[in-house]
Amino acid sequence: MSAVATRELTMADALNEALREEMQRDPTIFVIGEDIARHGGLFRVTAGLLDEFGPRRVIDSPISEAAITGAGVGGALIGCRPVVELQISDFVSLAMDQLVNHGAKWRYMSGGQVSVPLVVRGPISNGIGMAAQHSQTLEAWFVHAPGLVVIMPSTAADAKGLLKSAIRDDNPVVFLEKRLLYSRKGEVPDGEHLVPIGVADVKREGRDVTIVAAGASVQLSLQAARQLAREGVEVEVVDPRTLKPLDIDAIAESVARTGRLVVVNEGARAGGFASEVVARTLDHVPLSDFKATPERVTAKDTPIPYATPLEREVLPSLEDVVSAVTRVMQD
Amino acid sequence: MTSVETGASVALTQLYLTMARIRAFEAKAMDLFAEKYIRGSVHPYTGEEAVAVGVCAALRPEDYITSTHRGHGHCIAKGLELRPMMAEITGRATGYCRGRGGSMHITAMRHGMLGADAIVAGSLAMAAGAAYGLQLQGKDAVVVAFFGDGGAQQGIFHEAANLAAVLDAPVIFVCENNQWAISTPISCAIRIENIADRAAGYGFPGEVVDGNDVLAVRDVAARAVERARRGEGPTLIEAKTYRITPHSAATPTDNRAPDELSYWRERDPIVRFGRELVEAGHASPERLEELDRQAGEEVEDAAEWALASPYPDAAAAEEDVYAPADWLTPGRLA
Repeated sequence: MSAVATRELTMADALNEALREEMQRDPTIFVIGEDIARHGGLFRVTAGLLDEFGPRRVIDSPISEAAITGAGVGGALIGCRPVVELQISDFVSLAMDQLVNHGAKWRYMSGGQVSVPLVVRGPISNGIGMAAQHSQTLEAWFVHAPGLVVIMPSTAADAKGLLKSAIRDDNPVVFLEKRLLYSRKGEVPDGEHLVPIGVADVKREGRDVTIVAAGASVQLSLQAARQLAREGVEVEVVDPRTLKPLDIDAIAESVARTGRLVVVNEGARAGGFASEVVARTLDHVPLSDFKATPERVTAKDTPIPYATPLEREVLPSLEDVVSAVTRVMQD
Repeated sequence: MTSVETGASVALTQLYLTMARIRAFEAKAMDLFAEKYIRGSVHPYTGEEAVAVGVCAALRPEDYITSTHRGHGHCIAKGLELRPMMAEITGRATGYCRGRGGSMHITAMRHGMLGADAIVAGSLAMAAGAAYGLQLQGKDAVVVAFFGDGGAQQGIFHEAANLAAVLDAPVIFVCENNQWAISTPISCAIRIENIADRAAGYGFPGEVVDGNDVLAVRDVAARAVERARRGEGPTLIEAKTYRITPHSAATPTDNRAPDELSYWRERDPIVRFGRELVEAGHASPERLEELDRQAGEEVEDAAEWALASPYPDAAAAEEDVYAPADWLTPGRLA
């Protein structure tokens, strides 16, 4: 294996590097959001950009999620590559019309005359007692909207490489970052580091069970895999990294080999992304190849509650993942 | 026979011709809807022609506009061609959007038409962002966002106006106050006399203009455009006007008082401008008839051309959901 030099970075710093490098190479990129310039973003993802690129390209916006998203769409239509930060990704509900009725549809409705090279990014802020309006995992909303690309990285390296690819892509991208991962460190390759959209990464190899998980669910799944390995169960963790387009080939290849599928996802259960992964896998893997019924480990179908025992109850836990794997192994 | 026209007269009769084109286009579109060549609906701009024509007379070809569900007039005023417009609204492959958009979603980037938007007031933030982006790229183009009195009550109006203000975006918000939101009179929707007064709340000028006076609209738009080009930011123009036809082809019932309708029919912007042209010696009544006839013929030609055009190939339904990308391979998306 050729030695690529790496540095240890937090995911927040990795995202910051991605923005900085892309803004250096492309003057049409502007970044807009609440408290992103002077403050550098609540989670420091845009720290220092104001000093380097100035207030015309790094814009502290009014608290107007719909307008900044719409302005991003408009800027994209005339040749800029705007990056819109939603301070908390739940606030996308205020901007859904601009994102889905405009950003996602403008190319199609125009018969291909325009493209919308826009990134809308923001944190998923669950697990820390932020309660029901700051803790949602809403990727299923975006996957359901034709025209959007949906990305959810799990490591610092993936975050950097995928954000750079997202900015360069000519389509509107929803880029979901897990707040609890911002401070998590990981090795990031030096120099130009791009991660292609639509390519899964096997985060751990294993022969017995395939877990499909993205974002924070990857860490949870890896933790479960380590625990299960002590009991002799070898779990493979496939991180699609991009939810739309989905690298179904990588998932299907793994499931065809293990014959067992568990999908771990922090979104609500009904109509959720976990259901989508199960259904899509069934399109590609013959039923006869399955040794067990696929399992979904998801959040419960409730708003996310505030108190610690309640939030723990609702979100997928290590025990939930271990139990699901144990069940498919017993089938 | 045409008389010899001076430069000024040519420019003015051109405005008349554009208004006549819009009038004829909408009449034909309503006919084609009745004949089932047009699906969905048609929202005629009839009676409001002076607004689009007056505003677009103040623009350059490289400037942009956004439009609404009632958008044919804006398109024609911005210089779009009638043939691909008619083809689009009759769902043909030769339409501006290859039959994807239809009557409510005509986009024509080569004419600076960023798109018509069937979400009421939906394009205002897009227009502000496009304007800002043009300025950031060092261009001195401006963006006009057309919307209606109904749109002024949407939350995005407030957000977009305020954001445009703080960005000093070169955008002109043109509110076509036709006084009715389908069946709801404006008196049920707002408690102020002039929507333009709201501009003061955002720190930029608001101007009320007689939307049935094409030259008055052109003049107020020209001031707003110059202000925007100088980098001084947005303007809100409220053009008071009236649609003299029902809301749409699909909703033909009209609960408006007959007296009110006749009041506004007497103030028809095309008849009025024609009278002014004749009185000022810019055109003879015969010349105006000739222009009306020319507009009608152009529209008939466009309709014939559109109806002779092929429908889109069904296989094209899945094209252009995404812009070209390395990852765009079959099976990845659904």
